[in-house]
Amino acid sequence: MKIFVLAEHRDGKLNRATWEVIVAGQHLAAHLKGSVSAVLLGRDIRGLAEELAAKRLHEVLVVEDERLAEYTPDGYTAALIEVIRQEAPAFVLMSHTYQARDFAPKLAAALGKALISDCLGYRVDDGTVIYTRPIFQGKIHADVRFADDPPYLVTFQAGAFRADEIEAASEPVPIRAIPIDLSPVPIRTRPLEVFREAKQAVDLSSAERIVAVGRGIKSEENLALIRQLAEALNAEIGASRPVCDSGWLPMDRQIGSSGQTVSPKLYLAIGISGAIQHVVGMKGSRTIVAINKDPEAPIFDIADYGIVGDLFEIVPALIKALKQLRE
Amino acid sequence: MKIIVCLKQVPKRDLALRLNEAGTWIAEADLSWEINEPDAYALEEALRLKERLGGEVIVCSLGPARVEQALREALAKGADRALHLLDPAFEGLDAFNTARVLAEALRRESFDLILTGLQSDDHGYAQTGVILAELLGLPHATIVMQIEVLDGRLKVKRELEAGWFQWVELPLPALLTIQSGINQPRYATLKGIMGAKKKEIRRLALADLGLSAQELRNKQELMRVFFPTKAKRTEFLEGTPEEIAARLVEKLRYEAKVL
Ligand SMILES: Cc1cc2nc3c(=O)[nH]c(=O)nc-3n(C[C@H](O)[C@H](O)[C@H](O)COP(=O)(O)OP(=O)(O)OC[C@H]3O[C@@H](n4cnc5c(N)ncnc54)[C@H](O)[C@@H]3O)c2cc1C
Repeated sequence: MKIFVLAEHRDGKLNRATWEVIVAGQHLAAHLKGSVSAVLLGRDIRGLAEELAAKRLHEVLVVEDERLAEYTPDGYTAALIEVIRQEAPAFVLMSHTYQARDFAPKLAAALGKALISDCLGYRVDDGTVIYTRPIFQGKIHADVRFADDPPYLVTFQAGAFRADEIEAASEPVPIRAIPIDLSPVPIRTRPLEVFREAKQAVDLSSAERIVAVGRGIKSEENLALIRQLAEALNAEIGASRPVCDSGWLPMDRQIGSSGQTVSPKLYLAIGISGAIQHVVGMKGSRTIVAINKDPEAPIFDIADYGIVGDLFEIVPALIKALKQLRE
Repeated sequence: MKIIVCLKQVPKRDLALRLNEAGTWIAEADLSWEINEPDAYALEEALRLKERLGGEVIVCSLGPARVEQALREALAKGADRALHLLDPAFEGLDAFNTARVLAEALRRESFDLILTGLQSDDHGYAQTGVILAELLGLPHATIVMQIEVLDGRLKVKRELEAGWFQWVELPLPALLTIQSGINQPRYATLKGIMGAKKKEIRRLALADLGLSAQELRNKQELMRVFFPTKAKRTEFLEGTPEEIAARLVEKLRYEAKVL
């Protein structure tokens, strides 16, 4: 049984999520007595192939083509359809990155197959692989399985597997080029420059304490309360995406997959549900406190101290207690 | 410019969810519903494009009878007409088959642009829009934060991870999946709400689309849903707000040593 893992890279570097998915592949291969190979698409990618070849894989499959020099959904899909046709893998595993979100559903549809996306893990039950994935922004989980023939396309959420569990190879595994002629493939999207918005005014990555506010704050005016708390704690203010989307705080206060990644000594999450896209940006914090009125909020999954209650009651009391401490 | 917006109705945010008895989905009986957040941004973007360039905005939703409320809301905000894909056979479809039905319905419209949200708050597949593009043979871009219409082409700003963006050009007709935050959605006006009552909501069922139930066999099966067990032992602080505050300060000071 062949298990393929798609390696993702940008600017000559492998995305570290790739290592996590290789770990997923290595586990799955052990369960199903299969072999794992990495698939790498691009141009001038020999170095990356060698880096992958140092891991315990069956082989590293490489498709090199001018038309893969930059990622496009058309180029990636055409190349992978051909890889899958020639090699007939049973599984194609990917990370649920922005790039995979962009082409993996297209690939699945072009193959007429299902894609099970954003998986947290899997188990093998009587030979069937059952995947667990979050629904309702992680408040509930679902067990899902394929109701169709292979190839099975799966994306795993960042952090679902631990990159440091990767098994290295005792000697480099073979690298094999797959010849594919992409010249007849129309590439309809034209990728232009990659950029950041004008300089970030605040760098939250070096903050020691962060008071982060979410949609639970309800309105821009209520942010005054958060400012007072931040002042009492001598902390920086951070926010979840909806707070920035609404324009209540500038984008450079946003924490999460599309914002900043922080690891302060103290992270106070106030009225934040704890969606994965937020959590990836703050889970490295040393002490996490969550204030949320919903006892099922996923943020309590990673909090050291939890307060189930109304932030509009708790926060004023907390400001008062901190002021007393000062005096 | 003729723009189609695909939108989905999802349970209102902030509701306490319960599971149905069989543990196969949530209990839907007493929920209230709203337009999926990124889809609401997609609708707003379509309305702005129409205001700038002229044309028509058509909203399309697949779902049970309650979905009509979401379509009315979209019409009240300024969409011109609506398609409601309604059939018992459409219940519980996976991403592929949902896109399949949408594709059959939209094939009949000569559109320039389709907008969808980037994912839904319920299933969160993040797939339906992209599959729809493939089934209709359209180029697409996902996680879009800005749209510029050039001569027969689009230039769109895609969000990448960690605060990065990328401009991408693609020809029309095309499909874009929209990210929350691309704009500030409007509220419906009273006039809009009144006007919406006269706008058309066309219902399309399985047979109208030339599909059969057998063709819509799910490719992935949702077996059960459950509340996850918490991985970490969170220490919950209880009491009155004052007691909680005092205990937290103490914990932060002496246990966590961050004060
Ligand atoms: C591609 C992509 C990228 C994303 N990037 C990011 C990102 O970088 N950062 C980010 O944060 N999100 C990001 N998101 C959005 C993310 O999925 C969530 O939607 C978002 O994090 C939710 O923000 P929230 O917790 O503030 O709001 P909600 O999920 O609406 O949660 C609000 C919380 O407040 C609580 N609450 C309400 N009232 C009170 C009260 N009075 N007292 C106490 N608690 C209360 C509720 O119980 C709820 O848990 C991204 C999403 C996608 C799809």
